[in-house]
Amino acid sequence: MAIVAALMIQFVQMLLVVALAPLLLGLVRKVKARLMRRRGASLIQPYRDLLRLMRKQVVLADNASWLFRVAPYLIFAATWVAAALVPTFATGLHFSWTADLIAIVALLGSARFFLALAGMDVGTSFGGIGSSREMMISSLAEPAMMLTVFSLALVAGSTQLSTVAEYMASPAVGLRVSLGMALVALVIVALAENARIPVDNPSTHLELTMVHEAMVLEYSGRHLAMIEIAAALKLLLYISLIGCIFLPWGLVNSDSGAGLSAYLVAMALYGGKLALGGVVLAIFETSIAKMRVFRVPNFIGVALMLSLLGTLLLFVSRSL
Amino acid sequence: MAAVDVSVLLAACLLVLGPLAVVLQRQPWLSAVVYAVAALLCAGFALVGLVALAGPASGSALVLPIGLPWIGAHLRLDLLSSFFLVVLGLGGSITSLYAIGYGRHEHAPLRVLAFYPPFLGAMALVLLADDAYTFLLSWEVMSLLSWALVLTHHREEDTRTAGYVYLVMAGFGTMALLLAFGLLAGADGGYGFDAMRGAVRSPLIVAVVLGLMLLGAGSKAGLAPLHVWLPLAHPAAPSHVSALMSGVMTKVALYGFIRVVFDLLGPLEWWAAPVVIFLGAATAVLGILLAMMETDIKRALAYSTIENIGVIFAALGLALAFRANGLTAAAALAFSAALFHIFNHMAFKSLLFMGAGAVLNATGLRDLDRLGGLIHRMPVTAFLMLVGVLAISALPPLNGFASEWLLFQAVLMSPGIPQSGLQLMIPAAGGGLALAAALAAAAFVRIYGVGFLGRARSDAAGSAVEVDRFSLTAMGILAAICVLAGIFPGVVLDAMAPVVQAVIGGRLPVQANESLFTIVPIAEARSSYNGFLVFIFVAFCASAASWAVHRFASRQLRRAPAWDCGFPDASTMTQYSAGGMAQPLRRVLGSTLLAARERVEMPEPGDRRPARLVVRVADLVWQVIYLPISGLVGAVATRMDRLQFLTIRLYLSLVFGLLILLLIGLMLWQ
Repeated sequence: MAIVAALMIQFVQMLLVVALAPLLLGLVRKVKARLMRRRGASLIQPYRDLLRLMRKQVVLADNASWLFRVAPYLIFAATWVAAALVPTFATGLHFSWTADLIAIVALLGSARFFLALAGMDVGTSFGGIGSSREMMISSLAEPAMMLTVFSLALVAGSTQLSTVAEYMASPAVGLRVSLGMALVALVIVALAENARIPVDNPSTHLELTMVHEAMVLEYSGRHLAMIEIAAALKLLLYISLIGCIFLPWGLVNSDSGAGLSAYLVAMALYGGKLALGGVVLAIFETSIAKMRVFRVPNFIGVALMLSLLGTLLLFVSRSL
Repeated sequence: MAAVDVSVLLAACLLVLGPLAVVLQRQPWLSAVVYAVAALLCAGFALVGLVALAGPASGSALVLPIGLPWIGAHLRLDLLSSFFLVVLGLGGSITSLYAIGYGRHEHAPLRVLAFYPPFLGAMALVLLADDAYTFLLSWEVMSLLSWALVLTHHREEDTRTAGYVYLVMAGFGTMALLLAFGLLAGADGGYGFDAMRGAVRSPLIVAVVLGLMLLGAGSKAGLAPLHVWLPLAHPAAPSHVSALMSGVMTKVALYGFIRVVFDLLGPLEWWAAPVVIFLGAATAVLGILLAMMETDIKRALAYSTIENIGVIFAALGLALAFRANGLTAAAALAFSAALFHIFNHMAFKSLLFMGAGAVLNATGLRDLDRLGGLIHRMPVTAFLMLVGVLAISALPPLNGFASEWLLFQAVLMSPGIPQSGLQLMIPAAGGGLALAAALAAAAFVRIYGVGFLGRARSDAAGSAVEVDRFSLTAMGILAAICVLAGIFPGVVLDAMAPVVQAVIGGRLPVQANESLFTIVPIAEARSSYNGFLVFIFVAFCASAASWAVHRFASRQLRRAPAWDCGFPDASTMTQYSAGGMAQPLRRVLGSTLLAARERVEMPEPGDRRPARLVVRVADLVWQVIYLPISGLVGAVATRMDRLQFLTIRLYLSLVFGLLILLLIGLMLWQ
C-alpha cells in the first residue's frame, strides 16, 4: 500500500509540473505586460497556444531528417523527467534517487544537445547561428552551474536534491556568504539557460540577436508545441530548483506518512513560490535591456567567478 | 595452461601473423583472413582477461628464457593487466572486424597488414611484462610498429611530417621511461617488477621517477604539453589504425603510468597529486578547445582524445591525493572513475574514428566544410555516430556520463583532504573538467551538425553511399557497448572492483546489491544515479507523448521548402560552416588560450577580388616550447658543424684535452 501511495505522489508531481508550466509562462507574460501598462493576454493563453499548435498540420522542410522529427519528443521527455525529479512540494519522492543534481543538469544538457542538432538539420543559416550561440552560452553556463552544485554539496554534504533541501530547511545552515554567491550564480545561470533577458529575448523573432528562437525556426505544429512546452518546463524546473534550495520551507517529507491536507498545503505553498519566482523574473526582465551576444560571456563569467569564489570560501572556512 | 601462457601465445601468434601476411602476399583473400584471425586472437585476449579478472590478485606468471641472458623475460597477468587486456582485446577485435570491410579499400594493403597484427601483439606484451627490460622492449616495438602504420600513406607530405614528429616524440618518451626504470631498479639493478616494489627510495628519486613517467607515458598518451604529435599522427594513419591508436594505444600508455606510479613506486606523498591533477585538467580544456577549432574530422577526434586523456589523468591525480591521505573509499571512487572512463573512451572513440573512416571511404573527404547531409545518404552510420557523439559528450543515459558523474562525485570528496593547497585546487580543477565537458558537447554538436546534418556541401558528400556490413557491425557493437555500459554502469563497476581493490586497497560498495541497477559510490543519502531508470523514463515519456499527440491531436504532415525566415537560399554554402560554428567560442575563449586572430582582407575599391576573412588559431604549446627547442637544436647543430672539418691534429688534441678534463673532474669528485 505504501508503495502505491509513493508512486501516486511521484505521479502527481509529474503531472503537476507539466500542468503548471504553461501557467507560469502566462503569469510572467501577464506581469510583464502590466508593468509596461498593457493589458496583456489572458493567463491561460499559453494553454490555448499549445492546443492550437498541437492540432495544426506540421509543415516539414524538404531536407529534414528523422532526427528533426524525433528531437521534439526527446527534448520534451528529457526536460519533463528532469523537472519531475526536482522536489516541488515534497522531498524523498519514490524515484528521487534516480538522478542527483548533477544528473538533472546533464539531462537538460541532453535536451539542449538534441535541440542544437535539430537547429542544424535543415541546413539553414539561422539554425546554425542559433545552435552555435546556444552551445557557446551553455558551455559557459554549465561549469558555473557545476561549481554552484559543488558549493551546495559542500554545505549539505550531498548532491541528492531531497537531502540538500532538507538540510537547507534545518537550522544548521544559517546565513552564509557562499550560499549568497551560489544564489546569484544560480539565478544568472537560470536566466542564461532559459533564454531570458538579458541573454536572449523570448518574445523576439526575426532578429539577428536571437538564439533559442533561431534554432526552432523551422519547427511548426505539434513539433513546435513540444518544444514550447519543454521550454516552459525548463523555466519551471529552474524556479523549483531555486525554490527548493533557497526557500526550502513547507516541503513535505513523503517518508513521514503525512496526510492529504499536508500535501495540499505544500502544493499551495509551492504555487506561491512559483508565482513569486515568475513575478520577480517579470520585474527583472522589464527593468533591464538585452545584451549583445558577445557581452553575454562577461555576464555568465560573473556567475562562474561567484560560484568558484563561493566554493573556495567554503574551504577557507566551513561557516562562511 | 595458466591465463598468462594463453595470452603470451596469442600475442606470439599476432606477432607472427604480420610476417606471414608478407609471405602470402599474392593471395586475394589475404586482407580479410588476416583481419579475421586478428579479430579472433584479440577476442581471445578479452576472454582471458575476463577470466583472469575473476581469478586471484597476483595472477599467473611465466618466465621465458629470452631477452637479457641473466634475467630472461618475466611475464605476469595480474588484475591490473587483465583489465587493460580486456580493453585491448575488445578494442582490437572490434577494430579488426571493422577492418575486414575497411581494409579492402586500401591501395597497398600489405603496408598495413604487415604491421597491424604485430602492433596488437606488442601492446599485449607491454601489458604482460613483469620486468623493465621486457616492458621497454615491447613498448619500443609498439611505438615503432605504430609509426610504420602512421606512414601507410607515406606519399602525402603531411603524413611524412606526422611520422617524423611522432618518431622524435616516441624516442623521447622511451628515453624518459628508460631513465625512470633505471632509477626504479636502483644501483643493484633489480629489473624485475617484484624487486622494484620492495625497494626503498628517497623522495627525490620518487619525484624524478614521477616526472619521467609523466614525460614518458604522458607523451604516448597525449598529455599536454607533450600532445603535439598526437593530432598529427593519429589521423594520418588509416582509420582503423587511428581507432586503435586513440582507443587502445593511449590506454596502454595509461597502463604504464598506473603500473609505475600506483604500483611500483609504492605509497606516494600527497605532493605527487597536484601536478597530475593540474596537468590533467589543463590538458582536458586545451584539447577540447583545439577540437572545437579543427575542421578536419579525424584531427578533431584526435584532439578530443587529448581531452579524454586529461580527464583520466585528473581522475588518477585525485586517486593519488586521496590515497596519500588514507581516504581509501574516495581513492577507490576516483580510481574507479578513471578505469571506467578508460573503458568508455575505448568504446566511443573507436566508434567515432570508425564513423569518420566510413565517411572518408564514402566521400573521400575529411574536411567538415565539404561534408553535410550524410544522415540522408548514410543513415545507419549516422545513427551509430549519433550514439557515439552523445556518449562522448557525457550525456545521460550513455556511458560517458556515468564515468564523468563518478569523477565529479570524487571531486566532491575533496573536503576530506587536510592539505589546504589541494583543497583549493581540486574544486578549481573540477570547474575546469566541467568546462571541458560542456565544451565537448559544443564540439560534437559542431562535428555532427556540420558533417552529418544539413545539406551536402560537395558532390562527393551528396553522392555518398552506405558502407559495408562489416564496418556497420563493428560500429554497431561499439554503440551497443556505449548504451549498455551507460544503462548498467553498476555491472561494469562490479567487474572492475577487484582491480581497484588490488591497486588502491579498497573498493566501491557492491553495486549489484542496489535496486534496479542504481550506482551508489559512497552512500545513497549522498548521491546516486540510475542510468537504467533515466533511460526508461525518457524513452517512456517520449513515446507516450508522441503516441498521445498523434492519437488525439494531429498526425498530418506536409513537406515544403525550408522557411528560413522567408529568405531560403538555395546555395548550400549559406549553411553554417565548421569555422562559423566555432566562431563564438573562438572569440570568447580562443583569443587568449589559442591566440586566435581574425582579420578581414578588404580589397581596394575597384578591385574585383572577393573580400576574405582570415582566421588564425595556434596551439601555443608549439610556439612557447617546441619551436624554441627545435630552433636551439638547429643553432647548436650549425655551430657544431665546424667540428666536422678539423685536421687530425686538432681532433687528437681535443680528445686529449677532454681526457684531462674528465680526469680532473673525477679527482675533484673523489
